[in-house]
Amino acid sequence: MPNSAFFHRLIRYYGWYTLGFIAFLAALSILEKEGFPRAWIGYMFMFSTIVLYAGIGVLSRTSDVSEYYVAGRRVPPMFNGMATAADWMSAASFISLAGGLYVLGFDGLAYILGWTGGFCLVALLIAPYLNKFGQYTIPDFLAVRYSGSNNGSMVRVLGVLATVLVSFTYVVAQIYGVGLITSRFTGVDFSVGIFLGLASILVCSFLGGMRAITWTQVAQYIIMIIAYMIPVVWLSAKHTHVPIPQVAYGSALAKLSEREKALNLDKGEQQVRTIFLERARQYEEKLKTLPKSWEEGFQDAQWHVDSLKRGNASLIEIKAAARALANYPKDPAEARRKWTEARAYNLARSEPLVAHEEPFPGKTREASDNKRNNFLALVLCLMMGTAALPHILVRFYTTPTVKAARRSVFWSLFFIMLLYITVPALAVLVKYDIYTSLVGTSFSKLPAWVSYWASIDKINPLVTITDMNRDGIVQLAEIVMDGDIVVLATPEIAGLPYVISGLIAAGGLAAALSTADGLLLTISNALSHDIYYKTVDPKASSQKRVTISKLLLLVVALVAAYAASLKPGDILSMVGAAFSLASSALFPALVLGVFWKRANQQGAIAGMLTGFAVCVYYMVRTYPALGGSSINQWFGIAPISAGVFGVPAGFAAITLVSLLTRAPDQRTGALVDHIRTP
Amino acid sequence: MSAEKILQKRALYWRRVRRLTAVLISAWFLTTFVFIFFAREFSALTILGWPVSFYMAGQGLTVLYLLIIAVYIRRMGKLDRLLENEIRDAE
Repeated sequence: MPNSAFFHRLIRYYGWYTLGFIAFLAALSILEKEGFPRAWIGYMFMFSTIVLYAGIGVLSRTSDVSEYYVAGRRVPPMFNGMATAADWMSAASFISLAGGLYVLGFDGLAYILGWTGGFCLVALLIAPYLNKFGQYTIPDFLAVRYSGSNNGSMVRVLGVLATVLVSFTYVVAQIYGVGLITSRFTGVDFSVGIFLGLASILVCSFLGGMRAITWTQVAQYIIMIIAYMIPVVWLSAKHTHVPIPQVAYGSALAKLSEREKALNLDKGEQQVRTIFLERARQYEEKLKTLPKSWEEGFQDAQWHVDSLKRGNASLIEIKAAARALANYPKDPAEARRKWTEARAYNLARSEPLVAHEEPFPGKTREASDNKRNNFLALVLCLMMGTAALPHILVRFYTTPTVKAARRSVFWSLFFIMLLYITVPALAVLVKYDIYTSLVGTSFSKLPAWVSYWASIDKINPLVTITDMNRDGIVQLAEIVMDGDIVVLATPEIAGLPYVISGLIAAGGLAAALSTADGLLLTISNALSHDIYYKTVDPKASSQKRVTISKLLLLVVALVAAYAASLKPGDILSMVGAAFSLASSALFPALVLGVFWKRANQQGAIAGMLTGFAVCVYYMVRTYPALGGSSINQWFGIAPISAGVFGVPAGFAAITLVSLLTRAPDQRTGALVDHIRTP
Repeated sequence: MSAEKILQKRALYWRRVRRLTAVLISAWFLTTFVFIFFAREFSALTILGWPVSFYMAGQGLTVLYLLIIAVYIRRMGKLDRLLENEIRDAE
């Protein structure tokens, strides 16, 4: 059987590849022992992996339509699973998720559940039917299934809009992640990092489309999983004496709870928390006496600068005072905003520790219930969003049969699970390590990683420790940490050589690049296949279609890189929203397309528009950065979970409008029968 | 005659698929919902040193999702073979 021969050949290739990568690691660690400089190890990892991905792209170059769009529909389920897992796990999953769990404790587990449970929906409701349908894109499916009058072009355009909007916000965040990782680990400029990463993405997807991306993603998955596992296994062995973190961190969790209780009673901690409480009270005082307090503060700051200048103070002191004056609120309104923020910040830092394992901690039963409802809403949104993200769904066109498509969802979830059930373990182990070995050391003996990571980004330092109560000892309440540090500094916290830090960087880069690859291809394919070929020029030759697709890929990649180089904070916070948008716009139309024959074109159009509109409306009304306010929330649900309203609205609109209009024609009925039969 | 029978068999197959899908989706939804909604109550219990709710949210449910997909693949495989046999018999 040629299929199994192909499978065995792939196993052999990737087996050798994995061994080669491990040999590369060993060689680098020997070089490090010989005194090879750290920066060069970082460079070696960056450049060799980027060249590797580009190399796979060159080897799998193609201009055949089926190879370019769907990898020739012959990817074995296990390898499609690996590629989907790499496609799925983004820079955020790899670098930030463990940090999120570190900060949020139990409540962060919503992301673990949401980003794995969605694959049940993919497996049961969408993937097998999409594979049987056997075309090229998601708008393709919607347009053919809902082809009423004028061939479903309205549905197609809506599908393309949703695909492009969702994938574009997502890809900008990935490219941003590439820039962040390369600049943090090699010290090159952020924008140089972006364009280095972009070069590798382009060589790969430009030359070989889906085929090249698939084989690169498998290679990237292997690097990601090795990079994530080594430090966690090491930490687990250190703290629990069992080198299987997923099994062993239960005992670390119990020890962590003990430690949390002890820290809450610690005298030094209480001292520091009182200082923050006092600061919060001072801001409260100033807020009460606005605008008088603003004027007084302004005069004080000016007077301070002048007196320093007169009194021959050191240049550093004068500069600091001048900076304080320059940062002083411009008017009472700004003062109110800034001081309210400052009060909230200081209040938050004066709070005692919340137990890591406690679900939905809240002062009152209502606050806790609200957290539970939001947890549930977020989980459902992320799950339905997973089942509607176009770059994941198109992967199920690439397996040869329906049966293979089902099995490949299983493998996808399996490979995703390997990493995702390790993430909570990493968060607990790092937390325990910091609570026991960093807290309580003296300031003169801070570990090297603290000063290293504090100096990496001067404007937003990843970690700062200030001796608030001047006792020379680190208290937990004195540490401010960016969540990302949990993954970035784990090798150093665990006492591993720098090679492993380089490996983490390579893993993060692989996560970002693999997701960006898939997203860019999805966007450019939707534009070239659905807009150009199906709507503008249906007579285009297959050669021309692939060429157009490649050109569009280039354009989209450059636009995305440009958007990322502006460091847009708003777009980054919108990534979470992408799940709600995708689920509201696409999920109902996809599911009813298979499971309800009566759903027709008018219904689909109404459903996609309504779902999307409800979702956007809710976000605009409730999200502060978009001018909304939390008073407008329904049932106290946060804007990131707007999909819990958008999806039911979408389902209701499709059902209602379909029933009110004519049933779809016989051809559509035959199509549905066709995709339902294996 | 046989064409009609094939259609009947296909309709029967689809009814079975739909039932299986409904059962598994309910399992997916109920386990997720129950373990989240009653997480505070479950966290008092421990199994092998783990608080039940933390374990379920951290990895138990994910393993369960994988199991649901595994069951789906097995059952669908059986249903597919059944349909093949029935259609062969009908011809």
